[in-house]
Amino acid sequence: MVTLLNTVEDKFAREACREYGDKAEDLLEILHAVQKERGFLSDGALRTIAHSVNITRAEIHGVVSFYHDYKREKQAKLTIKICRAEACQAVGADTLIEQAEAAFGTRLDEKATEVALEATYCLGNCALGPAVMIDEKLYGRVDMKRLQFLSMKHREGGKS
Amino acid sequence: MSIKIYIPRDAAALSVGASEVRDAMEKRASLDGMDIQIIGNGTRGMLWLEPLVEVVTAKGRVAYGPVTEADVESLFDANFLSGAKHPLYLGLTGEIPYLAKQERLTFARVGVIDRLDLADYEKHDGLAGLKKALEMTPEAIVEEVLNAGLRGRGGAGFPTGIKWKTALAQTEPQKYICANADEGDSGTFADRMLMEGDPFSLIEGMIIGGRAIGADTGYIYIRSEYPHAIRVMRRAINIMEDAGWLGTNIKNSGTDFNLHVRVGAGAYICGEESSMLESLEGKRGQVKVKPPIPAISGLFDKPTIVNNVLTLGSVPFILSKGAKTYADYGQGRSKGTQPFQLAGDIARGGLVEKAFGITLKELVEDFGGGTHSGRPVKAVQAGGPLGGYIAPEGFDVEMGYETLSEAGAMLGHGGIVVYNDTMSMSKMARYAMEFCEIESCGKCTPCRIGAVRGKETIDKITAGENVVENLEVLEDLCSLMEEASLCAMGGLTPMPVRTALKLFPEEFTGPIIEAAE
Repeated sequence: MVTLLNTVEDKFAREACREYGDKAEDLLEILHAVQKERGFLSDGALRTIAHSVNITRAEIHGVVSFYHDYKREKQAKLTIKICRAEACQAVGADTLIEQAEAAFGTRLDEKATEVALEATYCLGNCALGPAVMIDEKLYGRVDMKRLQFLSMKHREGGKS
Repeated sequence: MSIKIYIPRDAAALSVGASEVRDAMEKRASLDGMDIQIIGNGTRGMLWLEPLVEVVTAKGRVAYGPVTEADVESLFDANFLSGAKHPLYLGLTGEIPYLAKQERLTFARVGVIDRLDLADYEKHDGLAGLKKALEMTPEAIVEEVLNAGLRGRGGAGFPTGIKWKTALAQTEPQKYICANADEGDSGTFADRMLMEGDPFSLIEGMIIGGRAIGADTGYIYIRSEYPHAIRVMRRAINIMEDAGWLGTNIKNSGTDFNLHVRVGAGAYICGEESSMLESLEGKRGQVKVKPPIPAISGLFDKPTIVNNVLTLGSVPFILSKGAKTYADYGQGRSKGTQPFQLAGDIARGGLVEKAFGITLKELVEDFGGGTHSGRPVKAVQAGGPLGGYIAPEGFDVEMGYETLSEAGAMLGHGGIVVYNDTMSMSKMARYAMEFCEIESCGKCTPCRIGAVRGKETIDKITAGENVVENLEVLEDLCSLMEEASLCAMGGLTPMPVRTALKLFPEEFTGPIIEAAE
C-alpha cells in the first residue's frame, strides 16, 4: 500500500511501522516504540499505525485496551510503579501505597499531572520487597523515606 | 595484574544499590592507584546479601555483603582486595552454607561467570550441550530430553520430551520454538535471574530445541516489567550471532536458527501459552480453546513449542551430562532439580536449586531462616497467585509436582511466598479474586464474571452479611470457576481462596481483622 508521508498524522509512528516492515504481527513492538517516544498513544498515532499495518482501528483499539502498559492519555511527569502482588504485600506494600498516596496527594492508578502512582503486579524482586520501579529502574526494600528520596532523584534527573 | 572484583548487574542487586557500590569502588581504587577490574556477573541468588561483592584471591572468591555505598571506604581501608576480614566478610563464596548445600544444575553458572562473556561461558561447560546436539539426530535429542524426565517448569509440569516429540512429528516445514519469559507469578524471579545471569544458557537450550523439532526461528517473550532482562537477552543474542552460534548453517551443522526477543505489555495472562502466542502475533492476548495444541498448530498456525525459560535452561545440562545424570536427581515422577524461590517476609530470601523431594520446612526454615520481620510464620503460598496456602503444620510436604498437588497446593513455577502472623488471610483471598478480575483475558464467563462475583461475595462474608448463605455461594462459584474456566487463570484462582478459607475460617466470618501491631 502506498502511504503519502504528507498525509500521515504521526510521522514517528509511520517510521516505527516502516522499521518493522509494516507487519501487523509486530504491533506490540510498534506500540511500545511509539509510546516510548510520544509518552502515550494518541488517536492520530493509532490511525497512522492502523493504516500502515493494514488493520482496522477497531482491531488496534482492541489490542491497546487489552494491555495494561498502553496509555491513551498524557502521563504524569513522574510515574512510580508500586508492586502490590503477594510477595510485596507480605512485607507491607499496602502500607507503602497508603503512605505514598498521602505524600503525593494522589490515589493509586488515578490520573495525575505531577506524580502518578501505578499499581503493578510483580516486578520480580520478591525477596527484596516492597519493590518499586521508576523510569525502568528497579528498587527494593522501599519504605516511604526511600520513596521520597527516589522521587526527588528522578524528578531532578528528568525523564531519563 | 589487576585484581578482579565481581559486582552483580542483576536487577535485584541493582535495586539495592549495586551500581552505586560499583561507582564508589572504581572511584576509590583510582584514588589509591589500585588496578582493579570489575566484572558484571548475575546474582548468586542470596538476595538478602545483595549487593554481594566478591574479590578473587589466591584462595578463591571471597564474599562481602550486603555492601552499601557507605561501606566502600572501610572495605578498602581493611584491605578487602586481598580478602581481609571486615564486618561484612562472609568467607569463600562457595562455602556459604546457603550456596554450598544447593544442587545447582540449571543455575550452575549464574553469579559465577561474567554474564555476557561467551569465552567465560564456554570455560564453564557452556555450549557443551549444543556441540553434542549438533552431532545428534533430532530424534536422539528428543529421546535424551524424554529420558531425563524433564517436565515444564512454568507450572503445568507437562513432559517436555513429549511436547518436542509431537512437534518433531509434524511435517509442516515452518515450525517455531518460543521461550515463555512472561514470569508474572508473584514470588518468582528465577527466569529473570537466569536471563540476567546466564543468558547464553537459554539461547543454547533454544537452539537445541530448534534443532530437535526442526524450527529455524525462535522467540523469547519477555514481560515488560523486566527491562534489565530484555536488554541482557538482546545483547546476548547479538553476541551469539557474531560468534556464529545463531544464523544460517550454524558451525556447518546444517542447522539454521534465528532468535528474536518480543516484549509483553503488562498482561499476566500472556504467561498462558495460547494467549502468549496470540500476543506474539500482535493481537489481544486472549486464551484459545485447545485442541489444536500448539505443537500441532501454534504460532501463525504452525507447529510451535512453548517452553518455560527454566525448562529450556535445563536442556544444555541434560545434553552435555546425559539424561541419566539429570534424572538421578529428584524423586518419583518429579525428576531433576527445581529452582525454588523464597520470597515475601523471609529472612534469607533468594534462589535455592535443589532436587525435588526437599521439604517445604527445609526451604522455609533451614534455607530461609524464618521471617525477615522476626514474627512467626502464618502460612506460605506455594506456586504463585494461583497456588494454595500451606500452614506450618503442613510444612513436611515434599516438594514435587504430585506431592504438592496431593497436599492441595501446587509447585507452579517454584515460588514460595512467606506471610507472617499479621497478614489477614481473608484479605489475601479477596485479593486472589481481585487479581483474577484485573488480569482475566475476558474470554470465558466463569473467569471474567466469577472473579468479580467472588470478590463481592468475600466482601459480604467478611462484612457479616448472610454469612452461611454467602459461604455457599462462594463455594459454588469456586467449583464453577474450577470446572468451567478455559485456562488455569480462572480454574486455579479458587485454590488460594479455598485453602485460605479452610485454614483460617475464623478470619472470614467477622469483619477483616486489622493487622496486629
